[in-house]
Amino acid sequence: MTTTVEAMHGSHAGHDTPRDATPPVFYVRDEHAHEAASTALGFWIYLMSDCLIFAVLFATYGVLGTSYAAGPTAKELFDLPLVALNTTMLLLSSITYGFAMLAMEKGRTGQTQGWLAITLLFGLAFLGIELYEFAHLIHEGAGPWRSAFLSSFFTLVGTHGLHVTFGSVWLVTLMVQVARRGLIPANRRRLMCLSMFWHFLDVIWIGVFTFVYLMGALR
Amino acid sequence: MLETLTTFLFGRLSLESFPYHEPIVVATFFAVMLGGIALVAALSYFKLWGYLWKEWFTTVDHKRIGIMYMILGLIMLLRGFADAIMMRAQQAIAFNGSEGYLNSHHFDQVFTAHGVIMIFFVAMPFVTGLMNYVVPLQIGARDVSFPFLNNFSFWMTVGGAVLIMASLFVGEFARTGWLAYPPLSGLEASPDVGVDYYIWALQVAGVGTTLSGINLICTIVKMRAPGMTMMKMPVFTWTSLCTNVLIVASFPILTAVLVLLSLDRYVGTHFFTNDMGGNPMMYVNLIWIWGHPEVYILILPCFGIFSEVTSTFTGKKLFGYTSMVYATVVITILSYLVWLHHFFTMGSGASVNSFFGITTMIISIPTGAKIFNWLFTMYRGRIRFELPMMWTIAFMLTFVIGGMTGVLLAVPPADFVLHNSLFLIAHFHNVIIGGVLFGLFAGIYYWWPKAFGFRLDPFWGKMSFWFWVIGFYFAFMPLYVLGLMGVTRRLRVFEDPSLQIWFQIAAFGAVLIALGIGSFLIQIAVSVLKRKQLVDLTGDPWHGRTLEWATSSPPPDYNFAFTPVIHDNDAWWDMKKRGYARPLEGFRPIHMPSNTGTGIILAGISTALGFALIWHIWWLAAVSFIGLLVVAIGHTFNYNRDFHIPVDEVVRTESERTRLLSGQV
Repeated sequence: MTTTVEAMHGSHAGHDTPRDATPPVFYVRDEHAHEAASTALGFWIYLMSDCLIFAVLFATYGVLGTSYAAGPTAKELFDLPLVALNTTMLLLSSITYGFAMLAMEKGRTGQTQGWLAITLLFGLAFLGIELYEFAHLIHEGAGPWRSAFLSSFFTLVGTHGLHVTFGSVWLVTLMVQVARRGLIPANRRRLMCLSMFWHFLDVIWIGVFTFVYLMGALR
Repeated sequence: MLETLTTFLFGRLSLESFPYHEPIVVATFFAVMLGGIALVAALSYFKLWGYLWKEWFTTVDHKRIGIMYMILGLIMLLRGFADAIMMRAQQAIAFNGSEGYLNSHHFDQVFTAHGVIMIFFVAMPFVTGLMNYVVPLQIGARDVSFPFLNNFSFWMTVGGAVLIMASLFVGEFARTGWLAYPPLSGLEASPDVGVDYYIWALQVAGVGTTLSGINLICTIVKMRAPGMTMMKMPVFTWTSLCTNVLIVASFPILTAVLVLLSLDRYVGTHFFTNDMGGNPMMYVNLIWIWGHPEVYILILPCFGIFSEVTSTFTGKKLFGYTSMVYATVVITILSYLVWLHHFFTMGSGASVNSFFGITTMIISIPTGAKIFNWLFTMYRGRIRFELPMMWTIAFMLTFVIGGMTGVLLAVPPADFVLHNSLFLIAHFHNVIIGGVLFGLFAGIYYWWPKAFGFRLDPFWGKMSFWFWVIGFYFAFMPLYVLGLMGVTRRLRVFEDPSLQIWFQIAAFGAVLIALGIGSFLIQIAVSVLKRKQLVDLTGDPWHGRTLEWATSSPPPDYNFAFTPVIHDNDAWWDMKKRGYARPLEGFRPIHMPSNTGTGIILAGISTALGFALIWHIWWLAAVSFIGLLVVAIGHTFNYNRDFHIPVDEVVRTESERTRLLSGQV
């Protein structure tokens, strides 16, 4: 179809050229399929819009990150070894999601499900450690209401955590759907979207780890 | 014990929450109830509920969703205008010791609701509705990329509107101005539900807006008919693309900043508080990083409408298509670099203010280029003064005035004098009414025959036009004068009796505008009654140039029996000129998305969630949140979302059109 269209462009360059012997084609009978391509693009655009939400939270942290209000500072609060462990969990979950996608490409349902399950475990481990960290901070009297710094810290890190939670719920849903229907095109498309989502959260976390924790410990 | 139980069941909601002691509200309430009961009774009597549910509420057809957006915009226009005329009346009489008829509690809600409703629930639905209706037709597509999401987006917008309307009768609305600046909107200054209504109405509607932005970008990028390269897209489609890019790139910022404000109000964080390190100006910056692109979200599609209308009604190709596209793109980008001009008085220093002042002035260059393109299109054209063209000319005259006062405000020292004055109010009404609203009217008159198969009655249209345009000048030119004299915005009573005459002139203008709106409503009624005389069977009543005029009016569900192939910017003009023959045979079954009720159900639950959060009814919030998850996940288990329109039905529809066309000739 594309070639016909281009051929016609060649014969009718500019609308004022003299009429050709063959009348121009003004419609095609074949339907064109675009749904799959639209989903990938649409999901990318959604991710970018989500990225803007994080951009606002990063900017807010950038402005308010040193407004300690005579409360505890970043340096006093952050436990870098714990955060390093947490980061490892999330990075490993991204790798295992990658393995799941490789297995999906090969059409191996069982293997895909196995890697997805491992990804879920790493994701849950990440959430568990983060909740422990939050509980610990609140217990020490460094909750989000203590200062603008802590408000912006909890909101930025917590929003990321909520995204991982949502991703985990989605992951379970997809595992059920793959178990029921196998790796049909619709399910592959969905796994691909979740894959982009999961890696996106990884990228956001790299930003959080660098700008919040590492630079916070340096300040 | 009982108290604990009622607090658990109803949160902050009690009998005291209902404003039964405010006679104005009570009267409105009874009027709305009577109207509502009459409507429900009529729908039940004529057994229309099933039809409405099956054909409209659950539809995924972009055309019907577009029409529903327009109806929503029109209903909310009446509400927003009621607020406007109340303010005009109050300010016209509150002199010489008179308190007027609105107390400050009520007046503050009225000006807040007016702004919020007019921007979010009038201008946005109108713009989104037109884009929804027209864009797929202009690019030769069957529907949008994600038809279900489209339905869901619409109902989320309705959900936001429902919450705002509920605030009129249950509790109160915000008393903060339409952007709800903290610390006024914080918990200490506004402990009641008003700001919460504001937050959740905008959050619910905002989800819909963002998703519909993503949807239309994908539609324009991925679903254009073969041959339609980017630089062959109609200008309205181009401006829609830029507008939706702006939506996706700015509404998440609004979402995020409102989340931060709600955290301050619900959790006790300190983002925008005066103490504990918070910074209220952070809110003002963030909300204007959304807010300035928002005004371009509204005006860009209207620029597209004017482009279509001008070239159609002068019978000429649009002058400077390429420069028009680039001007649109430049405005899109620049709209992100000017937000600080909304608060030069923040005190960010001469360098920062100069930067934002200069970027603001630069925007007038591409905008000016557009005005000249339209003028050059009209130059030596055979202009037909139909209603859309009249609105376009009124726009060009009015918008230039608004643009010039805008450049004036962009000069920081001048802004220090005029900031927060009625001069500013006059300026932005000048561009939003003179630009957006006039554009929407041009668009409505232009595409109405496409949507319904008959034109709107010209007599009542001209009445509406002259009332509106003259009314606008009467209503807002006095505000420029008052602003220059130093009168600030949002004042309820006045000390200086010499100012009264200007407010009375403005109130007279508002009455003229009321007559304009009335004429518009009469016009619709008259046109429906006279639809046989105003009928158009050709599908191309204006001698149009773009693809939407190639199909019947109203178009069939599938828009085009065969996908069109495009060779020229003005695709339909080109087809007509080069002897396009409508295909009469060889039809095939057409693949279409199925209707679904999930969108309206999800939006209904979201609205309930919003209501629960506003009133602190935590059990309802939990239940509706779980309900949302269950319904949303349940929806993903449905894999059968499409069907084929059988070939006989396509043949029947197309033969009917053939019959109508031959009857015409």
